[in-house]
Amino acid sequence: MDITDHPAPAPGTPPGPYDPEAAFEDTIARDQRIEPRDWMPDAYRATLVRQIAQHAHSEIIGMQPEGEWITKAPSLRRKAILFAKVQDEAGHGLYLYSAAETLGADRADLTRRLIDGRQKYSSIFNYPTRTFADVGVIGWFVDGAAICNQVPLCRTSYGPYGRAMVRVCKEESFHQRQGYELLLTMMRGTDEQRAMVQDAVDRWWWPSLMMFGPPDADSPNSARSMAWRIKRHSNDQLRQRFVDMTVPQAEKLGVTLPDPELRWNGERGHHDFGTPDWEELKRVVSGDGPCNAERIARRRAAHEEGAWVREAAASYAAEQAVRTRDGVTA
Amino acid sequence: MTDEDLYVDGDSARWAFGTGFTDPLHGVDQAVPESVDAEGLAACCLALGDDALVSAQRLAEWCTRAPELEEELALANIGLDLLGQARLLYSRAGQVDGTGRGEDAYAYFRDADDFRNVRLAELPCGDFAFTVARLLVLSVWRLAVCEALTAAPDPVLSAIAAKSVKELAYHRRYAAEWAVRLGGGTAESAGRMRAAWDALAPWLDELLTDRTAERLGAHPSAVAARTRAELSHVLAGAGLNRPGDAASRGTSASSMPGSGRDGAHTPQLAPLLAELQSVARAHPDASW
Repeated sequence: MDITDHPAPAPGTPPGPYDPEAAFEDTIARDQRIEPRDWMPDAYRATLVRQIAQHAHSEIIGMQPEGEWITKAPSLRRKAILFAKVQDEAGHGLYLYSAAETLGADRADLTRRLIDGRQKYSSIFNYPTRTFADVGVIGWFVDGAAICNQVPLCRTSYGPYGRAMVRVCKEESFHQRQGYELLLTMMRGTDEQRAMVQDAVDRWWWPSLMMFGPPDADSPNSARSMAWRIKRHSNDQLRQRFVDMTVPQAEKLGVTLPDPELRWNGERGHHDFGTPDWEELKRVVSGDGPCNAERIARRRAAHEEGAWVREAAASYAAEQAVRTRDGVTA
Repeated sequence: MTDEDLYVDGDSARWAFGTGFTDPLHGVDQAVPESVDAEGLAACCLALGDDALVSAQRLAEWCTRAPELEEELALANIGLDLLGQARLLYSRAGQVDGTGRGEDAYAYFRDADDFRNVRLAELPCGDFAFTVARLLVLSVWRLAVCEALTAAPDPVLSAIAAKSVKELAYHRRYAAEWAVRLGGGTAESAGRMRAAWDALAPWLDELLTDRTAERLGAHPSAVAARTRAELSHVLAGAGLNRPGDAASRGTSASSMPGSGRDGAHTPQLAPLLAELQSVARAHPDASW
């Protein structure tokens, strides 16, 4: 990590007055990390705050669909696995809010923006979890898609975000394996369980493909994020990677992915697949999904009902600070 | 993947942080020693297991509702510890009570009147102050019991107790710090903390007179004395101690009759169990 305000020029650079913008561009071009104290363009900072906050919000809102099943999990082992997974998501939210704070954002302010609807979170969490099979399918699809999105982010140009992603990806990989293992177990169970798994696959497949965002042609911010090396692959590239990864897993599991156009294309060396309903994605992103209102209402209620606790902690800490300053032992 | 994959020798230990667990029963002889009263041992495991499971279920209800993300993590952590203790205790109960039942049989296929948890554990979540106050009481008491049980004549219970002691010391610290913070925070938080304490006080006697683990080495009078002393210390730090507080007294005149240890419960336990058992009972032939 470079902690100097004036990093050394790259070898071969002629001596001259320090140009922060050139240093920034040079750091990006050399595939090095931008760190919190480095100069960065305002738009780079704003893009990162928006992306990291949206990612953090997704982790926190993403606790809800599966969190509903902790108290109902059908075995103690599954209960422990699910409880730990949802806890991990809270932890991911914390790392990510911390990464956003290195850019000058404030967690309380970001939370306020989330519950006021001024910042988004992943549309996938606006779908309901109808049976316990959804817990497995979310692990398999949603964590799987998150891994496709996030593994490249481990090399993103902003240091704190990339380092947070290393840890997040390790845990997401674990969650994906656990989700898939639940489904394998259910597929070996009763006919009713197999039907539950297929039903959950049918409901989550298309929304999972939408997790990668709109098609490249409709993704206006992507080019700049790619140039800044915040993003390293396009939405469509990542979506293809997810499909190619998931198809053989579905075969092994014994479920059918609900896409009649899905087939191997030997020429491309990839699977062809159908087009997601992009109008549905627009509707869900703009607030009209099955659970948008419920998710935000719950987050708002938790935040508002917890206000007195946060105020008490702040008041107590302030009083302790005064006592320490005045040399009074508690 | 099985639980064994999560232990340190498995490859999965490197998959994620917090997965490199050590099996607390590794190398422990699981035969019941002849000197141990199997019935009493099973009853003790069941009672402590039920306390842990019911407490974990209440803590799980906080998920996505905690006042801050750090509390979200901490309450889940504590819930997971207690769930882990319940699983080990149920497994031991099944080994010694002659039924050979597994952990899930105890959790999912008994009705409320077969549960042996103290009623304090089953009371609804309440606000964060009540959750902190209840956690403080239960963790102080359970820590005293488990410390004594580390010398229990059953090596499995002793090993479970040793694992639990480490976890409960953290639970106690977390609850005590929040009790002090809320007691000394704002007028509202102090008021809520006092109300929480008043609400749980009638349920203390059931805990302080409990004899479940007596024959395995946790003597009720010693456990009760230590629990009262520790609670008084924390409550004094929180500015909440006052003459006549239940923690300072022997038994309380206002205590509730009956005991969860005999299967007498509040009306709140049945709905808690209905939710916990809903999926498992809807699919009795399923494997999860």
